[in-house]
Amino acid sequence: MQSIQIFAIIFSIGVFVSIVDLIRRGMLKEQYAILWLISAIVLLVLSVWRRLLDKIASSLDVAYSPSFLFLVAFVFLLLIVLHFSVIISDISEKNKKLSQEIAMLKTSLEEIRKSEKQ
Amino acid sequence: MNKILIIMPAYNEAESIRGVISAVNKELPHVDILVINDGSRDATSHIAKGLGATVIDLPYNMGIGAAMQTGYRYAANMGYDIAVQVDADGQHPPDQIKYLIDPAMEKRADMIIGSRFLGSGEYQPSLARNLGIKVFAAVVSMITGHRLTDTTSGFRAAGKETIRFFAQSYPEDYPEVEVLVLLHKAGFNIMEVPVNMEPRVGGKSSITPLQAIYYMIKVLLAVFIDMLKRVKR
Repeated sequence: MQSIQIFAIIFSIGVFVSIVDLIRRGMLKEQYAILWLISAIVLLVLSVWRRLLDKIASSLDVAYSPSFLFLVAFVFLLLIVLHFSVIISDISEKNKKLSQEIAMLKTSLEEIRKSEKQ
Repeated sequence: MNKILIIMPAYNEAESIRGVISAVNKELPHVDILVINDGSRDATSHIAKGLGATVIDLPYNMGIGAAMQTGYRYAANMGYDIAVQVDADGQHPPDQIKYLIDPAMEKRADMIIGSRFLGSGEYQPSLARNLGIKVFAAVVSMITGHRLTDTTSGFRAAGKETIRFFAQSYPEDYPEVEVLVLLHKAGFNIMEVPVNMEPRVGGKSSITPLQAIYYMIKVLLAVFIDMLKRVKR
């Protein structure tokens, strides 16, 4: 076993354990953790199952198969970041709506108070 | 009887808003005025309330698109038939509002835009600005199939259906131009009427030609993205 393989296995186990721990402690919501978990599992499988990694790498003309792991990790990171951008857009739209609703509520509350005084 | 609302977004317009609201009250005593205070740090909100306008104070500066949409949401909630956008900086003379309201009451279009370039306006924009205005007019006219001359004009009136549509979705970045494309995609009618506008009273618009070109490119990009958007009516 090459040392790069040992490093890859330890690294992917580390990522997997940290994510599960963050979910367990309530610091990461499951819906945002799914992509992380999938990428950790895929990386772990490819690190342990060397022959599968070699097969995929050679079919893609990647000469040094461990470098294919980097490609996989990179693609997952891209997906995760894109996922976050979508979530941020959704949250900012909701934030806008909330702010608008609060502002309108404040205005109608003031009007009710004014009419009560009269 | 049509319920009419004037929507006036304002960001630090304490200098000019008193004059605008007083003039609207005098010119159109039967319409309601809603000021959307977009996080002003001056007395804008206080002055507007003092003059009897309804004021919605946004919790932070949300930008013109979100501010305007707040106005449309209020108009939709309160069942207004017509909403007229009027700037708080004094650019839009209150005696011109009727030219927007009349065609809206006759339901001649879903959105009526006051154009500075139809009729006898003596508005002379700078060279760079003029180029931008021409390009927007050409692009938006081509997309919508209506001949539009003043796509950046924020002096406009919307009918009931349009109010409801805006309450649901309103663009944030360059709403004046973008809205026209979205309205067209949703199947609304747009028309222009000639109006006069004043040079702004308070504040100033000081953009260099380079900034104008940058602005133009950004708006055109936003418009092309809007063309790809799925629009629900």
